[in-house]
Amino acid sequence: MPSNDASAIEQEGPDQAYRSRLKQGIFALPKCKSCNELHFFPRVVCPHCGEFELEWQTVSGKGEVYSTTTIRRKPERGGNYNVCLVTLEEGPRMMSRVEGVDSELVEIGDQVIASINNDDDEPFVVFTPNKEG
Amino acid sequence: MAHELRGSAAIVGAGLAGCGEAHGRMPLDILAEATHNALDDAGLKLSDVDGLFTGSSYHFMPTLSTAEYLGIKPRFSDGSMVGGSSFVAHTLNAASAIKNGLCEVALICYGSNQRTAGGKLATMSEQQIYEAPYKPRYPISSYALAAARHMHQYGTTREQMADVAVAARKWAQLNPAAFARDELTRQDVLNSRMISDPISLLDCCLVTDGGGAVIMVSSERAKDFPNKPVYLLGTGTAHWHRQITQMPDLTTTAALDSGKRAFAMAGLTKDDVDVVELYDAFTINTILFLEDLGFCAKGEGGAFVADGNIAPGGSLPVNTNGGGLSCVHPGMYGIFILIEAIQQLRGECGARQVKNPEVALVNGNGGVLSSQVTTILGTEAVL
Ligand SMILES: [Zn+2]
Repeated sequence: MPSNDASAIEQEGPDQAYRSRLKQGIFALPKCKSCNELHFFPRVVCPHCGEFELEWQTVSGKGEVYSTTTIRRKPERGGNYNVCLVTLEEGPRMMSRVEGVDSELVEIGDQVIASINNDDDEPFVVFTPNKEG
Repeated sequence: MAHELRGSAAIVGAGLAGCGEAHGRMPLDILAEATHNALDDAGLKLSDVDGLFTGSSYHFMPTLSTAEYLGIKPRFSDGSMVGGSSFVAHTLNAASAIKNGLCEVALICYGSNQRTAGGKLATMSEQQIYEAPYKPRYPISSYALAAARHMHQYGTTREQMADVAVAARKWAQLNPAAFARDELTRQDVLNSRMISDPISLLDCCLVTDGGGAVIMVSSERAKDFPNKPVYLLGTGTAHWHRQITQMPDLTTTAALDSGKRAFAMAGLTKDDVDVVELYDAFTINTILFLEDLGFCAKGEGGAFVADGNIAPGGSLPVNTNGGGLSCVHPGMYGIFILIEAIQQLRGECGARQVKNPEVALVNGNGGVLSSQVTTILGTEAVL
């Protein structure tokens, strides 16, 4: 079980620390000990204030669609799919996709909730509509 | 007090080559042909060049490959890579190098065979590892996300974006060298194949071959050349992100800063600008840059372009060569907006010539709205 402290970043590096948590079902991001802001993508420095003391914080997974696009693809190649930007409740914004709903129905401002997709070798975060808001 | 670089250097030669399709040519062949034309225009020889400024999607060390090909041994060179805005940024670095005695004759140059070599955007860009799992189309999906956000936040419409493409086409129809000159209507753009909502095929720039080159010298020397010198009045650079996820606000680009910096160096305001050349990789770009450079208020870019302001006969001539949308776009378009501004200021543009322009503004874009570089050029009248 990875621990949410700075030494984990030093040992693994920020990218590996992020991915090793995802592999264990934990969606966590680096948080600055100085300004308390979280950031994505994971780094060794806080891009908000420039300080280097960070810890890991598990995030709620709740977010809001900041922008969305449907990439058009022929049905025989898998059909249309969604690419969006989600702003997490904790502040950071990431690229992702909304699943479980037609891409064209995804709207800016939609409330979404994260899950971890394990279909590939490397897990990644996707979102579904958050009915509870 | 005026900035010491304001008016310190001038462009005395400009040349294009291979715009459209340049069969049988490699990127450096096209670059060299454009360089030949620019040198001819200035009455100079390759052996006069002692400063080299270039960027490439094909050559990892572009100044080395270019100097080797041309057979020159520059004493100063700069391959700063900020995507399509690179060549606009090079104007500042070249003027600075000239001012500091690091070189005397600066060559800023580019060439690409993107169309005949395969018809796809050539890139040496590293993969963005936190975006890759979602398979965005690069770079179009990033621009689509910005357009969708602008539509959501300000009510901008696909029709207004289409009007950017229509205005560009009308300018292209006045430019015999433009690649796409067929009749184009708003409906044609709306009906074109959707690629990444809300951006459809005709919201996207062309994929062509092409090269361009300009020659810059000190203003003292500039008076001895055959052409009317075009003076560098100001350049401002700004970048706030690399990947679209890191762009603070998808409706506001760093042109907000680059524009202010360029105007401050030039000691001018937007009201002094007679002709505007913006990097229109996609129709949303023109709207964003018009707003961020202060030609209309934030959120009003859509209405501004729909009112016909930027088309021939409008209040503000924008992208008078036909732009990346209709004239030429070999991957890194920055050199072409520079050259169109130079030709307008020299009064060489024939049917598309803006009446007696004295000040031209150029805004280069690089990455995914990532790098913005604004340059203000002027004639002797505003020196
Ligand atoms: Zn911080």
